Amino acid sequence: MMTEKKATTKKAPSKKEDTKKVAPVKQEVKKAAAPAATKAAPAAAPAKAVSTTPEGESRIGVFICHCGTNIAGSMDIEAVQEASKKIPHVAYVDNYKYMCSMPGQTVINKAVHEHKLTGVVVAACTPRLHEPTFRTATKDSGLNPFRFEMANIRDQNSWVHMHDREGSTDKAIDAIKIAVAKAALLQDLHPKSVPVEKAAMVVGAGVAGMQAALDLNAAGIKTYLIESDMSIGGRMSQLDKTFPTLDCSQCILTPKMVDVGRAENIELMTWSEVHEVEGYIGNFDVTIRKKARGVMTPKEAEAKGIVGGGCNGCGDCENVCPVVKPNEFEIGMKPRKAIYINHPQVVPLIYTIDFNSCVKCGLCVTACGPEKRAIDLEMKDEFIKVKVGTVILATGYDIFPIENKQEWGYKRYENVITSLEFERLICASGPTGGHLVRPSDGETPKRVAFVLCAGSRDNTGIGKPYCSRFCCMYSLKHAHQIIEKIPGCVPYLFYMDIRSFGKMYEEFYYRIQDEGAKFIRGRVANILEDPKTKNLHVYTDDTLLNRPIDVEVDLVVLAAAIQPKADTNRTRKLFGVSCSMDGWLLEAHPKLNPCGTTTAGVFLAGACQGPKDIPDTVASAEGAASAASIPIHMGAVELEPYFAMCIEEKCAGCGMCVNLCPYSALALVEKNGRQVMQVTEAKCKGCGTCGGFCPGGAIWMQHFTTPQICAQIDAFLLGGEQ
Amino acid sequence: MSAPGNFPIPKRGPGIWQPKIQGIVCNWCSYAGADLAGGGRIQYPPDVRIVRVMCTGRIDALFVLKAFADGADGVLVSGCHFGDCHYLEGNYKAAKRMFMVKRLLKSIGLDDRRFRMTFVSASEGAKWGAVITDVVKTINELGPSPLAEFNKKN
Repeated sequence: MMTEKKATTKKAPSKKEDTKKVAPVKQEVKKAAAPAATKAAPAAAPAKAVSTTPEGESRIGVFICHCGTNIAGSMDIEAVQEASKKIPHVAYVDNYKYMCSMPGQTVINKAVHEHKLTGVVVAACTPRLHEPTFRTATKDSGLNPFRFEMANIRDQNSWVHMHDREGSTDKAIDAIKIAVAKAALLQDLHPKSVPVEKAAMVVGAGVAGMQAALDLNAAGIKTYLIESDMSIGGRMSQLDKTFPTLDCSQCILTPKMVDVGRAENIELMTWSEVHEVEGYIGNFDVTIRKKARGVMTPKEAEAKGIVGGGCNGCGDCENVCPVVKPNEFEIGMKPRKAIYINHPQVVPLIYTIDFNSCVKCGLCVTACGPEKRAIDLEMKDEFIKVKVGTVILATGYDIFPIENKQEWGYKRYENVITSLEFERLICASGPTGGHLVRPSDGETPKRVAFVLCAGSRDNTGIGKPYCSRFCCMYSLKHAHQIIEKIPGCVPYLFYMDIRSFGKMYEEFYYRIQDEGAKFIRGRVANILEDPKTKNLHVYTDDTLLNRPIDVEVDLVVLAAAIQPKADTNRTRKLFGVSCSMDGWLLEAHPKLNPCGTTTAGVFLAGACQGPKDIPDTVASAEGAASAASIPIHMGAVELEPYFAMCIEEKCAGCGMCVNLCPYSALALVEKNGRQVMQVTEAKCKGCGTCGGFCPGGAIWMQHFTTPQICAQIDAFLLGGEQ
Repeated sequence: MSAPGNFPIPKRGPGIWQPKIQGIVCNWCSYAGADLAGGGRIQYPPDVRIVRVMCTGRIDALFVLKAFADGADGVLVSGCHFGDCHYLEGNYKAAKRMFMVKRLLKSIGLDDRRFRMTFVSASEGAKWGAVITDVVKTINELGPSPLAEFNKKN
């Protein structure tokens, strides 16, 4: 041991010196129990008391978890334990079946006291799962929680080397060496407490966003609800009925839309987008781009001195507008003007000008009249800055461009439509007033084919590999609707499996079977059009009869897959949220934190996270709202203290780091007659980009210091000697 | 002997060389991706040892050189995809630095295939498995690092 120690000081004398200079031992910190006490001016960073390992020896306890047989089944725990005892600084080694359990944590607590440990290493699953657990255990045993380091011997070892016991054991020993090397150099750190702005933001005002905003409103939290379309309501407002209850979608949605419009604490911003985001949990500075809609609300008009003016939704402008365009809300099946509303029930009831097609003839301005004066053809985009504590993303989904699956002929054959088009056609407020007709000739279809898994569960690379989750159920509902509305009409459902997994869903499936819908199990290979009649031939293998079949129908409805909304990628990057391979936003943990993200203070609601039906969407929105309100009600949050600090003696004031910092947290200041870098802790997120570059090694990254990382590398490659 | 995962389990024992590969990965993407590979029980060779940092931007070019000087046969740096960095652009800055390291390795006569930077996201467990398998394969082909030999004589 002694010789090793000497070698240490010889090899890296400068490193040890750094530790001393930057972080002088100050015992007072421990006495000042409240972490808030460290709320000193950011300028004082390096001089601020961060107590380091006392001059005495580091005494590290190593605790090896079996995780049942998850770990113990793939490696030799005995061998790992014996090898761990020989690692420098290790004062105690123990193992337990489940370290994370209460008895397991007691083992840590006892050992810290009995063996006077200065640091704790737990070799178990992954810090991404249980670092908080063991930090708390470390804290409970009287040490600073940041004196804990984890060795990942499950997720990155026993689970991925299940057939290589020797390799797995060796790797676990090295992982523990690496963790011990770091633990020996860990310092006491104190999380910084920051106040939380008492406001929240919800991005997207479909049913998820609306529900989240209403819940936040009810909790008394000021909420900015941002919607890129002209009206709230989202996809659900395009639907006719909802399964399995057959509630009218509009009937259950519009009261909520009206509530959102009226809610005291909700500031509704439609025709707006998130433009820029700065800050962190508790203090997000969000810039919203309010797109020019060309029409003023009564409030905006009043602000401009037009008393009693602004749009009241009378629609006089729409009548005179000479420009005709397809209405996107009706998926192009109905015309609209250049000044328009999506549908009569929009909230807020304000007209919007589509400036891409507007010819600025001014007829609408005249029609609006001198009293309202709501229309401003020269309106420009506005940028509004708001400050919020937490954010909920509820950006929703789009329909997969099913024309990419060319064999089904969407956009080639007139009588092949998507399920969303079907919803509009069967809806009483839709383009046909609720009469289902064939697009080719306006006739009522007598035989309708529903193609399920259209683009979902598709491994060809063209479609989506996942299940879109609600297509089975709405197709059953569609089948019911045509049986109900068109006497004698036969629905054929071409399916792979009917996935009716929800409450009362399977019962609904039986009901549709009894009503006379035909179910054909087989993936549709091809659809061909009869050029004369425009009827369609659906070819498939009936896998239950085991023979190819050809069904002639009047109309084909493709239950198209869904994909993340087009703008999702841009929005998520603004908030630093990851996505899965399919583009759906990634939750912090699929099971234990489905509403959270890896960005603290940003939460997910609804289908932006993955396909969800309405009940699941609303439930997830309520979960997200509850999660987002917690920091706001707490009033303050603790930030991980991984800040950069400047070692002023070493800093040459070159200023390279200042430009590297993505958060503008660094600046050059004059101190003792020379330029040195200074960190604004509130802005620093601890990425370490500055510390990785500094040519003079003058930046100290707390908890990821250069000596710590070097010790980790040495521990692996030189076998534990530092 | 071979295991599911398209790689052989090598013979081990005294005197048999095992590659020593230092991995330095970011917390948010590659480390999470490696955890996901675990959850998915994706099998890969065990020769890479991971040091976790918050962002690849933290990785000083000297850390890589230090690992080589300590006798690493290979070094793997892995972070988020471009545009996906949890800290906006740390991975761009890391990549620039790592290109420089690669050039340096070439010019000092160390095969630059011993050093690799990859981009594995938190949802790419299978990719992580493939990356590690490939890194280990490459290092096995290249054999022990010449620098490791220097260390022995000391």
